[in-house]
Amino acid sequence: MIALRIALGVGLLFIVSLVIFGATELLPGDLANELLGQSATPETLAALREQLGLNDPAPVRYWNWLTGALTGDFGVSLANGRPISELIGARLGNTVFLALYAAALSVPISLILGILAALWRNSIFDRMANAGALTAISFPEFFVAYILVLWLAQTGLFPSMVRINPTTTFGDRVYMTFLPALTLMLVVTAHMMRMTRAAIINLMASPYIEMARLKGMSPLRIVLRHALPNALAPIINVIALNLAYLITGVVVVEVVFVYPGLGQLMVDAVSNRDIAVVQAVALIFAAAYVALNLLADVLSTITNPRLMHRR
Amino acid sequence: MGFAASVIFGLAALFAIAWALRTGARATFSGQARSLAHDIPLTASFGLLVIAIYTFVAIAAPILAPFPEREIVGGQFQAWSAAHPLGTDRIGRDMLSRLIYGARNTVGIAFATTALAFVVGAILGLWAALVGGWLDQALSRFVDALMAIPALIFSLLLLTIFGTSVLTLILVIAAVDATRVFRLARAVAQGIVVMDYIEAAKLRGEGSWFLIRREILPNAMAPLVAEFGLRFCFVFLAISSLSFLGLGIQPPTADWGSMVKDNATLITFGDVTPLLPAGCIALLTVAVNFVVDWQLHRASGLKEQ
Repeated sequence: MIALRIALGVGLLFIVSLVIFGATELLPGDLANELLGQSATPETLAALREQLGLNDPAPVRYWNWLTGALTGDFGVSLANGRPISELIGARLGNTVFLALYAAALSVPISLILGILAALWRNSIFDRMANAGALTAISFPEFFVAYILVLWLAQTGLFPSMVRINPTTTFGDRVYMTFLPALTLMLVVTAHMMRMTRAAIINLMASPYIEMARLKGMSPLRIVLRHALPNALAPIINVIALNLAYLITGVVVVEVVFVYPGLGQLMVDAVSNRDIAVVQAVALIFAAAYVALNLLADVLSTITNPRLMHRR
Repeated sequence: MGFAASVIFGLAALFAIAWALRTGARATFSGQARSLAHDIPLTASFGLLVIAIYTFVAIAAPILAPFPEREIVGGQFQAWSAAHPLGTDRIGRDMLSRLIYGARNTVGIAFATTALAFVVGAILGLWAALVGGWLDQALSRFVDALMAIPALIFSLLLLTIFGTSVLTLILVIAAVDATRVFRLARAVAQGIVVMDYIEAAKLRGEGSWFLIRREILPNAMAPLVAEFGLRFCFVFLAISSLSFLGLGIQPPTADWGSMVKDNATLITFGDVTPLLPAGCIALLTVAVNFVVDWQLHRASGLKEQ
């Protein structure tokens, strides 16, 4: 069961890589033409084609690109000729750090808020949480980020720009990355909280919960011991989806806080039309996205015995 | 914090006007319009009022704006004054005028994009459900593959390839969003194509286009309309984010996302002006969400009866 799902995930990843590579083939001319534009002479065009390996047929180029990517060699940047793996190197770690930081903040908070909202449903707390969630979903990330900058960075408590270098200690990193992580947390918490609440309330109507209530158990114990284990599958799914969402949220937030991560690199590459870098970063983001969805599926299978031991 | 107070006051005033209009509508209308006005929640009437105001501002922008959209009319980063109610921007253009023209550009482009995504996505989705077989399989698997890539990342990839202009922006976002619309339209239509009246129409010898237009579409309209509102929000936020990143609507066209980006330095000095365009984005998205929420509630309520 799980092995099949993982095999499907790997297959999907392969198709995704095909789409990312194949997108460049949509160009009306070819990459060299597009890069040089009007100023192209036949000689420079031929030289650039040679340099980019454009003279090979597409399947050969795809194979070279994919095998290179699998070994960590993404080729060279078209804008400055540096190896892409060197550009990505430290930034990948920074982005992963930011995403994990945001997840570590948002997952416990949204679970607790969701459970409380389900426990006290239709109370003032529940309504406030719901209205807050709907509003937070509607806000663009950069709006949330700048409001935080205006309120928190103004007071001098937290820096509004993140300057990280390899010598930064872990504590400093946590402190300096607080505002970006908080922004991401505010953006994803709403959805996770609402889904946790919905999943638990959905279960609260089932007979075994009624039985527990009739036995005289406390509402908190019913929610934690009886409803939550059965609500885990949908909750895990939503958490994974939101972590996957963090991947795209990270791009905007990194730009706001001048955070040295992959998102910033990708945005710069898009404005330079540095297709090689964009392809590499897109592949990494898409792989993380597919992997997280795969993880969600596997975990929700494991938490549900009926799916695990299907007859 | 005087500014926060005035924002709260402004929102309260909007709610009060929405409430007054709803009460007025209940008193004046009769029949169906009256019952509609009767069960509309306050949040939804607030949403409708905000949408109406945005539409008015977008249409009447040249009359409302004190200065032209692209003209440099003062010094850089001037403070709020009588001549320039919201000050001037990075190169001395009037902020208020650009904010007003932004309603036309940003919302207009987002609306056009959503409409395009809907036409393409819905027609393909309904067609796939109607024809079924290998065409359905091919289209669905293709869409699945595209949806495995996060939307923003895929848009960035496509924008790199085709370059950044308003036309490519519209086409790229519409293409990415059409995949989501396709999924919904196909799912909805699959329940409809097995109905007897579709079978009857097929036996009459009607073509696919007629079936989609006259038989399936009217029955799939309700969920598609609610989805249109939600999709508009996503598209609007996506376009604003891309413009904010400098990859969407390009200057000198006034646009809310890039206005935030261009004047962001002011925020670190405690000036709220650059937040106003972002606030305009947020307000419209909240308003549309309120209306969609009401519509979804209404649609599900009708089903229960």
